Amino acid sequence: MLRFISGRLLKAVVILICITVLNFFLIHAAPGDPASVMAGEAGDADPAFLQQLRERFGLDQPLYVQLWIYVSSVMQLDLGYSYRQQLPVLQLISERLPATLLLSLSAFVISLGLGVAAGAFASARQGKWADTIISLAALIFYATPLFWLALMGVLLFSVQLGWLPGFGYESVGVNYTGIARAFDILQHLILPAMTLGLFFMAVYARMTRASMLEVSRLDFVKTAKAKGLRPAVIQRRHVLRNALLPVVTLAGLQAGQLVGGAVLIETVFAWPGIGRLMFDALSQRDYNLLLGVFVVSAAMVLLFNLITDVLYRLVDPRIRVAS
Amino acid sequence: MKDFWKRFSQNRGAVIGLCVLLLVVILSIVAPFIYTKSPWAMVQRPFIPPFTMDAFLLGTDPMGRDLAAGLAHGARVSLLVGLVSTLVSLIIGIPIGAAAGYFGGWVDDLLMRFTEFFQSVPSFALAVVLVAIFQPNITSIIVSIAVVSWPPVARLLRGEVMSLRSREFVEAAVLSGQTHLTIIWRQILPNTLSPIIVLASMMVAAAILIESSLSFLGLGDRNVMSWGYIIGAGRTVIRQAWWVSFFPGLAILLTVLALNLVGEGLNDALNPRLARKGR
Repeated sequence: MLRFISGRLLKAVVILICITVLNFFLIHAAPGDPASVMAGEAGDADPAFLQQLRERFGLDQPLYVQLWIYVSSVMQLDLGYSYRQQLPVLQLISERLPATLLLSLSAFVISLGLGVAAGAFASARQGKWADTIISLAALIFYATPLFWLALMGVLLFSVQLGWLPGFGYESVGVNYTGIARAFDILQHLILPAMTLGLFFMAVYARMTRASMLEVSRLDFVKTAKAKGLRPAVIQRRHVLRNALLPVVTLAGLQAGQLVGGAVLIETVFAWPGIGRLMFDALSQRDYNLLLGVFVVSAAMVLLFNLITDVLYRLVDPRIRVAS
Repeated sequence: MKDFWKRFSQNRGAVIGLCVLLLVVILSIVAPFIYTKSPWAMVQRPFIPPFTMDAFLLGTDPMGRDLAAGLAHGARVSLLVGLVSTLVSLIIGIPIGAAAGYFGGWVDDLLMRFTEFFQSVPSFALAVVLVAIFQPNITSIIVSIAVVSWPPVARLLRGEVMSLRSREFVEAAVLSGQTHLTIIWRQILPNTLSPIIVLASMMVAAAILIESSLSFLGLGDRNVMSWGYIIGAGRTVIRQAWWVSFFPGLAILLTVLALNLVGEGLNDALNPRLARKGR
C-alpha cells in the first residue's frame, strides 16, 4: 500500500511539474512582452518596474534558464505577485481556499449521497413512476447549465420566497460568533452547494441506476434470491455494493469538473473562494493570479484523485489481492 | 438504413430530441432573415416584459435589445462552436487513440501518459486560462474547448482499435502487404465509426455547455451574440428582469437535452446488441 501511494504521489508531482511548464509557455504565448503580462498591464506599466521584473525572472536570459527559474520558484510555492491586488498570489489563494474547500466538499457529499440514493431507489423500482420521475429529473439536470441553475435558484429561493440568502459567505455587519456564525455560514452555503451538487447528483444517479440494473442480472443475485433473501437486503448488501465501484471511479474523475463548476457558482453567489478569485483575475487581466489559481486547483484535483485511488483500493478487495 | 431508423424511432426520447434539435437548426438558419437587424441593435425601450408586445415576443433587455433576436442569433453560435470544436477534438483524439491502440508498446505508453495529463488537469479551468491568454474570439474558444475535450475520444479509440487489431481481417490485411496507415484508415477506423458517432453527439452537447459557461464569464467573442453572454448580461438585473437570463438558459437546456437524447437514440440504433442493456 505504501509503495502504491508513493508511486501515485510521484506521478502527481510529475504532472504538477508538467502543468507548471505549460503555465510558463502560456505566459510566453500571451500577446505582448512576458514582463508586461506578469505586471498585468497591457504595455503601460512603469518601464523601471518592468526592468525589475525582467531581472527577477531572468526574462533577458535564454528560454531554458527562464523555464528553470519559473518552475523551481513555483515548486518552492512562490506563485509570484499579483501587481493588481498588491499581494503575493499564494497569500491571496490561501486566504480564499477554505471557502472553496467548504463549498466543493459540501457539493461533493450532497451529490454523491443523494445521487447514489436516488439511483438506487430508481433501479429498485424500474419502470414504475418513481423511476420515471428520477430518470427524467437526472436527464434534465444533466443538461442544465450550472450558472443558469444558480441564477434561477437565487431568483426563486432568495428574491421571490426570501428563504435563503442569495450571495456571500456570511451576513455582513452582524459579527456572529461561535454556533450562530456557523449557522449563518450554513444558510449561505445551502444554495451554492445545492446548485453545484445538482449536476453531479444527476450524473451519479444515472450511473448508479445503470450499474445496479446491470449487476442485478448477474448470477450471484439469482443465488441470493433463490436463498430466499428479502429483496431489500439483496439490493442493499449485494447489488448496491457491487454497483458502487464504477461510481467511485467516476467520483474521482469528476473532481476536476467540480473545480470548474466552482468558478461559475462562486461567481454567481459572490462566494469568496478561489473560483471567484479566478473570475476577478480574468476581469482585471491579472495573469499571474489567473495562472496561480490554475496551478493550485490542478494540485487540488490531483490530491483528490490520489485520495479516491487509495479509497478505491480499500473498498475493492479484488484490486488489493491482484497486486 | 431502414433498420437504423426503425431502431432509432423506437426510442421515444430520441425522436423528441431530434425534433427539438431540428427546430434549433432551422432557427439558426433563418435567424438572419427574420431578424435582419443586428441582435446588438437597440430597437425599443429597455425592460419590456415578455409576451406583452407582439413585435417583441420575449421582451427586451436592459439595453433595449430584442431578446428573441438575440436568442435566434445565439443559436448559430452555440451550434457552430459545438460542432466545430467536436470536429477538432476528433481530429486530435482519433489519431492519438488509433496510434496508441494499434502500435502498443512504448508508443501506447507515451501517448496514454500524454492523454492522462490532459485528463488530470481541471478541464474548465484550463479552457478559461487558454481563452483568457489567447484573447476571446471564436477560434480561441473552439480550440480551447477541443483541447480539453479530446481525451475521451483517444481513450475510446484506443480500446476499440486494440480489440480490432487482433481480428482476422486485420491480419489478412497485414499479410496482403498493406501499410500500417492503410490498415488503420481502411480496415480499422470504419469499424469504430458507431461508438465515435455516439460519443460525438454527446460531445457537441458538452461543448455547447462549455461555450455558454465561457461567454457567461465574459470570455465570449465580442462580435457575436451568444446565449451565455445574454445570461451573463442579465445577471446584474435579475431582480428587475428575470426573463433576460431565463430564456437563453432554457434554450441551452433544451438544446443540450435534445443532443443527449439523440445520442442515446443513436446508441440504440448503432449498437443494437448493447441497446436496452442497463435500462
